[in-house]
Amino acid sequence: MNPYSSLHRRAFLTRATYGFGAAALGSLLNNDSQAAGVPGILASPHHTPKAKRVIFLSMAGGPSHLETFDYKPVLAKMDGQPMPESMTKGQQIAQLQGQALKCFAPQHEFKKFGQSGQEFNALLPLLGTMADEMCIVRSVFSEAINHDPAHMFMNTGSQIAGRPSMGAWATYGLGSEAQNLPGFVVLTSNGRGGQNQPIAARQWAAGFLPSRYQGVHLRGKGDPVMYLNAPPGVSAGRQQDVVNAINQLNGQHDAVVHDPEIATRIAQYEMAFQMQSSVPELMDIAKEPASVLDLYGCKPGDGSFAYNCLLARRLAERGVRFIQLYHKDWDHHGDIKQSITWKMEEIDRACMALLSDLKQRDMLKDTLVIWGGEFGRTPMSQGNGRDHHNKGFSIWMAGGGIKPGISYGATDELGYQAVQDPVEVHDLHATMQHLMGIEHTKLTYRFQGRDYRLTDIKGKVLTPILA
Amino acid sequence: MMPTAQVAAEKIVFNRDIRPLLSDQCFACHGPDANKRKSNLRLDIREEAIKPAKSGAVAIVPGQLDQSELLKRIHSTDPDELMPPEKTHKSLTPEQKATFKQWIAEGAEYQAHWAYLPVVKPAVDPALGNPIDTLVAARQKALGLVNSPEADKRTLIRRLYADLIGLPAPAVEVEAFVNDQAPDAYEKLVDRLLGAPAYGERMAVWWLDLVRYADSAGYHSDKERNVSPFRDYVIASFNQNKPFDQMTIEHLAGDLLPNASLEQKIGSCFNKLLLTTDEGGAQAKDYEARYMQDRVRAVGAVWMAQTWLCSQCHDHKFDPMLTRDFYSMGAFFADIDEGIIASPEAGIPVFTPEQQQAHDGLISNRDRLQTALNADTPEGQIAYLRWEDAQLQASVNPVWSALQFGQRTATDGPNLEDKGQGIYHAQGANPDKSLYTLTTNTFPAGMTGLRLEAVPSPSLPAQGSGRADNGNFVVTEVKARLIRADGSVIQELPFAQASASFEQSIANEAHPDKKWSAASAIDRDARGAQFGWAILPHVTQPQSLWLSFAAPVAAAADAQMVVEIHQNHGSGHHTLGQFRISATTQPMTDAVSSQTALLPPALAAVLTKPMEKRSPDEQKSLLTHYHSIAPEWAETRQQLADTTAKLKEMEDKAVRCIVTRSTPSKRTVRVLPRGDFLNESGSVVTAALPSYLPKPNIEGREPNRLDLAQWIVSRDNPLTARVLVNRLWKLFHGIGLSKPLEDFGLQGEMPPNAPLLDWLAAEMMDRKWNVKDMVKLMVTSKTYRQISEATPEMLARDPENRELTRQSRYRLDAEFVRDYALETSRLLVRKIGGPSVKPYQPEGYWENLNFPARNWDASSGESQYRRGLYTWWQRMFLHPSMLAFDATTREECTAERTRSNIPQQALALLNDPSYVEAARGLAVRVLKEARGDDLSRITWLWREALQRTPTDSEKAALLQLLAKHREEFHIDAPSALAFGKLGAPAPADIDGPELAAWSSVTRVVMNLHEFITRS
Repeated sequence: MNPYSSLHRRAFLTRATYGFGAAALGSLLNNDSQAAGVPGILASPHHTPKAKRVIFLSMAGGPSHLETFDYKPVLAKMDGQPMPESMTKGQQIAQLQGQALKCFAPQHEFKKFGQSGQEFNALLPLLGTMADEMCIVRSVFSEAINHDPAHMFMNTGSQIAGRPSMGAWATYGLGSEAQNLPGFVVLTSNGRGGQNQPIAARQWAAGFLPSRYQGVHLRGKGDPVMYLNAPPGVSAGRQQDVVNAINQLNGQHDAVVHDPEIATRIAQYEMAFQMQSSVPELMDIAKEPASVLDLYGCKPGDGSFAYNCLLARRLAERGVRFIQLYHKDWDHHGDIKQSITWKMEEIDRACMALLSDLKQRDMLKDTLVIWGGEFGRTPMSQGNGRDHHNKGFSIWMAGGGIKPGISYGATDELGYQAVQDPVEVHDLHATMQHLMGIEHTKLTYRFQGRDYRLTDIKGKVLTPILA
Repeated sequence: MMPTAQVAAEKIVFNRDIRPLLSDQCFACHGPDANKRKSNLRLDIREEAIKPAKSGAVAIVPGQLDQSELLKRIHSTDPDELMPPEKTHKSLTPEQKATFKQWIAEGAEYQAHWAYLPVVKPAVDPALGNPIDTLVAARQKALGLVNSPEADKRTLIRRLYADLIGLPAPAVEVEAFVNDQAPDAYEKLVDRLLGAPAYGERMAVWWLDLVRYADSAGYHSDKERNVSPFRDYVIASFNQNKPFDQMTIEHLAGDLLPNASLEQKIGSCFNKLLLTTDEGGAQAKDYEARYMQDRVRAVGAVWMAQTWLCSQCHDHKFDPMLTRDFYSMGAFFADIDEGIIASPEAGIPVFTPEQQQAHDGLISNRDRLQTALNADTPEGQIAYLRWEDAQLQASVNPVWSALQFGQRTATDGPNLEDKGQGIYHAQGANPDKSLYTLTTNTFPAGMTGLRLEAVPSPSLPAQGSGRADNGNFVVTEVKARLIRADGSVIQELPFAQASASFEQSIANEAHPDKKWSAASAIDRDARGAQFGWAILPHVTQPQSLWLSFAAPVAAAADAQMVVEIHQNHGSGHHTLGQFRISATTQPMTDAVSSQTALLPPALAAVLTKPMEKRSPDEQKSLLTHYHSIAPEWAETRQQLADTTAKLKEMEDKAVRCIVTRSTPSKRTVRVLPRGDFLNESGSVVTAALPSYLPKPNIEGREPNRLDLAQWIVSRDNPLTARVLVNRLWKLFHGIGLSKPLEDFGLQGEMPPNAPLLDWLAAEMMDRKWNVKDMVKLMVTSKTYRQISEATPEMLARDPENRELTRQSRYRLDAEFVRDYALETSRLLVRKIGGPSVKPYQPEGYWENLNFPARNWDASSGESQYRRGLYTWWQRMFLHPSMLAFDATTREECTAERTRSNIPQQALALLNDPSYVEAARGLAVRVLKEARGDDLSRITWLWREALQRTPTDSEKAALLQLLAKHREEFHIDAPSALAFGKLGAPAPADIDGPELAAWSSVTRVVMNLHEFITRS
């Protein structure tokens, strides 16, 4: 039992003792002082939301759509042949710049799953059992072709640093129902293959939004949240004595100087103290029934993608608004055949478990799950791998108001260009916000004299994929 | 929220009342951007707004309410007619509509945008005191407001310390100041703080955010880069009170100044502080465009508060900045020499004057030796001719004959491939150690010695002859013996002497000979198995190791000779890559000097030509080669190598700074439609200043960065001084006179007290950009010295204190939060400048960095206790304690940090080892410095930390905590022990449980809102 949760909390938060007007200043503080559940800037959503929360499974490195969700028989026939120059001329190319561009056949078998007959890699049989819940979008394209700018674009809608990430926008707009947990949580895991491409904290930053909307990285090693644990030798009880004294003295001082920030400060110490029990409680999956651990195929604290998927469900249950999982090592410039085999092993059970677990708890209907990378990979070979590619790639979504068991959009016969119903990253953002009850053109923040939004000046809601 | 109270029934002022409405509500469709303009109507220019449209309607008819289409449209109830249209999500309030009405009734006069108008100094009677107070009072009077009384001296000294040096006022200083009754006590204090070295550190924090100073490149691998001298330059510039115009010029064009000094070059590092990438697969054109765009945004943001970013893709929607202007600005930076997709360059060494002198000495030494080596003396000529003769002779009657080894083995993997002419090349596995064993049955009778030649190859690392990354090798031992066909030994062939064409003197500390000597290759490892003969840096020259046998080797029937080359250096692949072994029967002294060493094929070809048929270049190449091997030059060569090695060592150890270098081959800059680098349809532009601001005539040449910098700080530029004083004002009041520090464009805010801003801007320029003078003027004003407590009425009416009827209270910046804790505990090391340091950081925080993967190794000793601004600034993962307190990642220029109040701050102050150690340090101080009982000590502590006497209830709360924890820690000694071990362990002479109990008390005090608040 965590010692923090058993302690009797002193009732020092009697607002009347703070001197004048702390409550009246609530609007000025923008509800900073709320420790339990944080409201957003919108008094109420623009329309009734279908999704209360988002779980975004970011496959960092750029998964090959051609080996996962977009089967291209013509590409198989063209194996080794030159790519048609009409397709590639004048286009952005990454590491294959200046090289002969040759077609590279899909390196994996595909199979049809479920009643809907969704077609994807045959090494995803478990996920296949959830095929009828999924909507596969095969026509996404991005502006950026290198990892760093592409991550920035996928997360913030801009390739210029300093913009808020999508999770920050969500909590800014809607707040969070989580008690004593941040409203936007990030988890990361590594896999096999790929090149362990770096990711940056800016991908979950608040940008120009106030810092309280930034994503909090929950880590598998060390303190799960930075500085969560009390110093050595300081027991939970002593830590509480210290926090109590701080808040008591802050309260007394407020009565003299009438500084509205002090009430907020007191609330933040309360919240910080609560997190010292709520976060370990969240991370402690040992109490999950064995059947659940088996479903996900993970062990407590193993740091795997599956473990993070289970944590994602626990975060969702606790009212966290935006949960983002980074699973790395999808950058398959070489040996894509073996590397994809590993990745399929890593995600098959985990994704199935997350979807079915949510469904079992009747949470899939209001949890939007999105799976996708920052871009896809070329139909052209790079040795026995594939280079970065941004003209067309695949993602899938499920739950939270998404039409199940369908696919949307298509790339050309070689999997190069999104040709049918192309989907911009801004469209994804608009759709995601729409499902959360946000009209994407209306959630704005003024910075440098301009009203910014996640979708910049673009974005359309993909109505055909809405349930 | 309207920041200011409107004065009723006042005449409409366009810039204050109308322009913000037009800009916000109308300009997106009826403003400067021609591509998005609707109905061909623009409202940003009066002539256009009062002109009849095709339909005959006139948007604005001055004085004629009925005829003005604009009024009709904003009041319309028809959704098709209504302006602004519903779909824009914009709308006007009834008050705003009334304002438009009044304005048109009054004649619809326009004004140029306030910030683009020339700075005109309002007349202020100096006899009335500080003009700041006069101008503040004038506005307050008009609004019926009054200011607050002056704060007490304790508050004033705390405030001044916070604002001017970013450190807490020591209790003794507070007491001295409170007791100083001299009329100029306050001014003396201000002068003292402005003169303190910490002033520059304080000012740097704000400036480094603006110029986006960081220790890493920003994109992708986020590699480290050498820029810390720039940070120190900023600190020094503020401390020396360098005029701001000069500092600006050095930032943008220090490298272009005549005979640019080291300091000026370091200033030009500004141009290199942007985000750069070395990501594989990044396209140069893409990033060339990004870098240019970044630099233009930076100039707009840092000096003129212009949001030029918008013009990157289209003409600005609110401001008159055109896309063409944007890219013309970009052309100013087309001369900056740099790799586009590249790891950060190393930069230039930054030496102290003494180091510089030593460095200059080495350079002149090196040049002298180089000249000596190339000198064409008669003696040299004779020696050369003798050598040439010997070479030719040798081809007929060789002194040395190359040995062919039929059997070759190498341990740990390499394969020794026969390249012909007796040359062998190590292929395949590249181990750290290897023993090459070579066996031959053909060798001349009566051998006197062997020669091992290291033969460079283009296919080896650094085009050297070894397999280490730098082209080097270490031959740790050479052995020879005669054997029979069955392998049994006939006799060992010991060597008596060894010499070499060159012996390495770099990295010689460990070697017993202080050089990688030939002798250590035949010492039977007496000097240590890892030592031997090596040749850095001359790895690309053929080098020879001459080994004379102790006695001539007599012939023996069926004997085979085995030569072993031992290479046991043990790290970094220091093995031979390509080599040849030859034997001689001549006396060794002659054989060595005969110098028939392997000639590179090109030279061998030249040598066979008669001298008169050789071109001068060919002849020179032979001479140069001769000088590189001739024994009579050996000493000079060795000296040169030593000098070069010392130079390299000095430069390797030097602190370095990336600076701007200009190249005459400028990049071509074109307008990029929608900012897209793939679109090359835009016209090519040359450097030009924006069309909408006053500018000098530069004729007959393209203006350069120096012109740009001079224009920015010219008297005619209406923006720079206004922007600067507004930001300085913010440092001392918590909010700018114009609130948005980053936007002086049309969407910015005309300052409520515009005359005050203009007076300050004009004064700044009148005082020749003297920043300290202006700071002093601001902090000595009555306006600055007011109390910061607000009455409920004041808070309700003017929560942000825009009307300056009091001082403001706000949390310290991230860096100063740290400084306060360390200084109060006296752990702070007050050293100025130097490479960035690494305070404790949670394990694994950098796990997602890669290329290369990195660990955060916390600094030890002094470096652990430096001021916050020296913290290593990693853009992708900024130190979490800094981040918690709103420090920015410095990816884009930032004029203003958010000021949040979040739980991460509580966690950092409670649990970050830096803060816990500081609290414990303060507890040590309590136990060592404070006298008397617990109560007296608590009072002492409170004074040290908060510079005031605690109230009875404050004392009681801490006493209670102390008693409880004292009892607990005495019972629970292991916990006290564990606590004492955190960070640098606590002094042993202090009772552990007592220290732990007092640390609980100090942790409370250092977590108080008051402790981190400037008021």
